Amino acid sequence: MAKIQLNGRKIILKQKMSILDLLKRYKINEKKVAIELNGQILPKGKYRLIKPKNKDKIEIVQFIGGG
Amino acid sequence: MFNLLEVVNLKKDIFKIEKKIFKSRLIVGTGKYKSLKQTAEAIKASGADMVTVAVRRVNISNKKKPLLMDYVNPKKITYLPNTAGCFNSDDALRTLRLAREIGGWKMVKLEILGDKKTLYPEMIETLKTTKVLVKEGFKVLVYCTDDPLHAKKLEDMGASAIMPLAAPIGSGLGIHNKLNISLIIKQSKIPVIIDAGIGTASDATIAMELGCDAVLINSAIALAKKPILMARAFKNAVISGRQSYLSGRMKKNNFASASSPLDGIIS
Repeated sequence: MAKIQLNGRKIILKQKMSILDLLKRYKINEKKVAIELNGQILPKGKYRLIKPKNKDKIEIVQFIGGG
Repeated sequence: MFNLLEVVNLKKDIFKIEKKIFKSRLIVGTGKYKSLKQTAEAIKASGADMVTVAVRRVNISNKKKPLLMDYVNPKKITYLPNTAGCFNSDDALRTLRLAREIGGWKMVKLEILGDKKTLYPEMIETLKTTKVLVKEGFKVLVYCTDDPLHAKKLEDMGASAIMPLAAPIGSGLGIHNKLNISLIIKQSKIPVIIDAGIGTASDATIAMELGCDAVLINSAIALAKKPILMARAFKNAVISGRQSYLSGRMKKNNFASASSPLDGIIS
């Protein structure tokens, strides 16, 4: 089990999962986002390998309308 | 006879930022629209082939929320990620590095604000950040004051385009300092793009007639009562302004000069 912070919200991951699994859980297309793990950009190639740990802070961002 | 050559030469009038060629001199923002569908329709009507976009957190509580990318295909329309909402260098750098990670975007719009009420550009942070971004290989289009000295500094630092404001962001007040904009245009070897403050189509024409390379419009289209029609109006306004600039306007006279010949007048 891991208590993490995802986009400012506290969530609990009951099972071990990779970043890619996490994206799938939220129905997020990995090609359309960028991810920061504890303040560092996580290259797309590592989504499959990295598994969130307790107290990790994850930010998932995308493009939205803006001027 | 109609001189075709004058018009054919228009094809040689290419708008380029770094090595990238754009068909349109109108860049549009994608904020403030009623829906993503309306955003996409307005972009189409405007003829723009580059749009600004913001970088924000994915809404994890709503899995079905539609994405901008589902409506505006980044393979067809160039996305220009911005740093809207950033008030310091660190936040702007973080935003643009993330934007680059999403899909390799290197051409970006740097916008560091100094004051919440005026959203005026914070030039000290902007200059500092431009330097870092250029070093990291970004092609930086920089939102800036209409001060020719700052514009020159940005160009010397390696900015890809200068984007002075016409008036405060979202104000719709039009170009307030034509003199400064003209001075910036005259001295710049990189594109000058009017960013922010344009209120209506004729403002864009004025900007283009001054010799700007392009204009960036968001609120003036999105907040019009009929945004799609206004997008089209801006398309025409920018083309008109550019052609007018290339035509070389007549001299201004203080007195009248009759348009009809005086010879052969009926007496």
